[in-house]
Amino acid sequence: MPVDPLQYTPKITLEFKIGEKDFYMAGESASRTKRTLQQLGLNQEVIKRVAIIIYEAAMNVTIHATKGVLKILIDPNEIDVITEDEGPGIPDIDLAMQEGYSTAPYEVREMGFGAGMGLPNIKQNSDELHIETKVGVGTTVKAKVYLKEGGFTSA
Amino acid sequence: MTQYFHSVTLDYEKCKGCTNCIKRCPMEAIRVHDGKAKIMEERCIDCGECIRYCPNHAKVAVTDKLDKLEGYKYRIALPAPSFFGQFKDQEHIEDILNAFISMGFDDVFEVALAAEVTAYIVHRHIREKKKERPQFSSACPAVLRLMQIKFPDLLNRVTPVLTPMEIAARLAREEAIKKTGLSKEEIGTFFISPCPAKVTEMRCPITAKKSAVSGVIGANIIYKDIIRHIAKNQGTGRSGGKQRATKLGLAWGYTTGESRSVNFNTTLAVSGIHNVISLLEEIERGELKDVDFIELQACTGGCVGGPLNIQNLFIGRMRLRELIKKYGEKDPYFDEENLARLYEERLFEISEPIQSRKIMLLDEDLSQAIIKMERLDKITSELPGLDCGACGSPSCRALAEDIIRGMAFETDCVINLRERVKILAEQILDLARIVPPSMAGMPNRKKEEGDKDKGM
Repeated sequence: MPVDPLQYTPKITLEFKIGEKDFYMAGESASRTKRTLQQLGLNQEVIKRVAIIIYEAAMNVTIHATKGVLKILIDPNEIDVITEDEGPGIPDIDLAMQEGYSTAPYEVREMGFGAGMGLPNIKQNSDELHIETKVGVGTTVKAKVYLKEGGFTSA
Repeated sequence: MTQYFHSVTLDYEKCKGCTNCIKRCPMEAIRVHDGKAKIMEERCIDCGECIRYCPNHAKVAVTDKLDKLEGYKYRIALPAPSFFGQFKDQEHIEDILNAFISMGFDDVFEVALAAEVTAYIVHRHIREKKKERPQFSSACPAVLRLMQIKFPDLLNRVTPVLTPMEIAARLAREEAIKKTGLSKEEIGTFFISPCPAKVTEMRCPITAKKSAVSGVIGANIIYKDIIRHIAKNQGTGRSGGKQRATKLGLAWGYTTGESRSVNFNTTLAVSGIHNVISLLEEIERGELKDVDFIELQACTGGCVGGPLNIQNLFIGRMRLRELIKKYGEKDPYFDEENLARLYEERLFEISEPIQSRKIMLLDEDLSQAIIKMERLDKITSELPGLDCGACGSPSCRALAEDIIRGMAFETDCVINLRERVKILAEQILDLARIVPPSMAGMPNRKKEEGDKDKGM
């Protein structure tokens, strides 16, 4: 069936697999997404916010979960950053949202990560944030950034 | 769009159409089409990687020739600090400077001296303006051009101070006006350059509205003349006083020299364009906020590694360090009071913010850009992913982008084309086996006839 051009919303998906203690992946996925967003002509502010969300969300998976997947969905209206992981889950989301609260192991903090700023940073940079978690099973984080209100500049 | 000049060009005759340069270019700015490399002008940042890596020496930097001196009444040479590393250790810095005079320049002004001024201004600027850390050096024009395209959000952290080349030209011109009474236009300032990026910076400056440099002459062009005049001057006695730079300025010729002279507790020096890119990627993710100043240089090893230099970069660095050890220990020419005045006059600051350049953009319209990106992803997934470069684009992804931009075709991929030819050949063979209905059964008949023959 032909696609109705009026109904059709173009969408691209970037996907990255994240393994346990795969510290390299968070940075790489943020950088690669950033290049893509630059090619799409999004403004610096939006790119910066999305990059921070990706980095922090992917780092959370790296630090806490056994494995996970990071997806970035881009359409003309919004960008979704989604991480789905298999891991310990978050027993108390309110506590996890507090700045400086961290359950990261010692060796991770020694590396300069796990300062308890991950989720607060994600919240600060996203327009919507949804967290679904089940202790002992895993966590899904969905962060949304709107593009319509000044997010896009064609200059 | 305004005409964009850049220095690196192709020697058409020498280019064999191999793919060494396209793989090495950090900007993916080169394609090989019709057996010859083509530089995409607006993407080139003049880092010189292709000059270094072309096995056929088919990449050249366009610099000014010595005949440009003729347009000026009073000509001043501005040798880069790295230039002094191009000679064997018996040469005295003063001898090198005097060789410029005997070959026809009216004066010589060390860029190393201007580098000391730059370092002072950069230091005061970072200390007093309390800007976001880390702050970046503005001295390498190739790095600035890289940032304009790939790291636009870091541009506001480049210290807004002119390059030593530019400051040298201004200081030298002022001195010459006082000394000779000539007008600005009659005085020619000529930078002796290790790199093509400085040529571009003179012609299309991004740090100043108009460059005070009249010409940029490649170190490789002037080297023989200088050697000859050093030899000629030997035994005629040494006229002194031209060498005014100290070790702090001279050390700008190699990596770490700049960050040391800018002098903060925490500094970092990175050289090599690919290393610079990976470091800037770290920083754009928010790393290294505890670092005050970062020196960034496109050439490995710093300016001694410039593609227009004569010596191997390590040898050049060694020679330069030997000279610095011998002659660098002296009192600075500009005292604290002079430097403070130069800082407060603010004549050496970059007045306009450095603009980003959105040349990688797929489309002005976001929906269109996303549609193109969808196609780009699809084409990329259908390409073999070998990044072999045989199509003339540096990677499969780059070929997909070229296809989207209408610069290439899917059949340019030889791997996929071969696969298609194989399928086509099989189809032709299949077609050849199919027999028209009127002849159907004939092979059987033939077989029977054959049997009969056998039976006989």
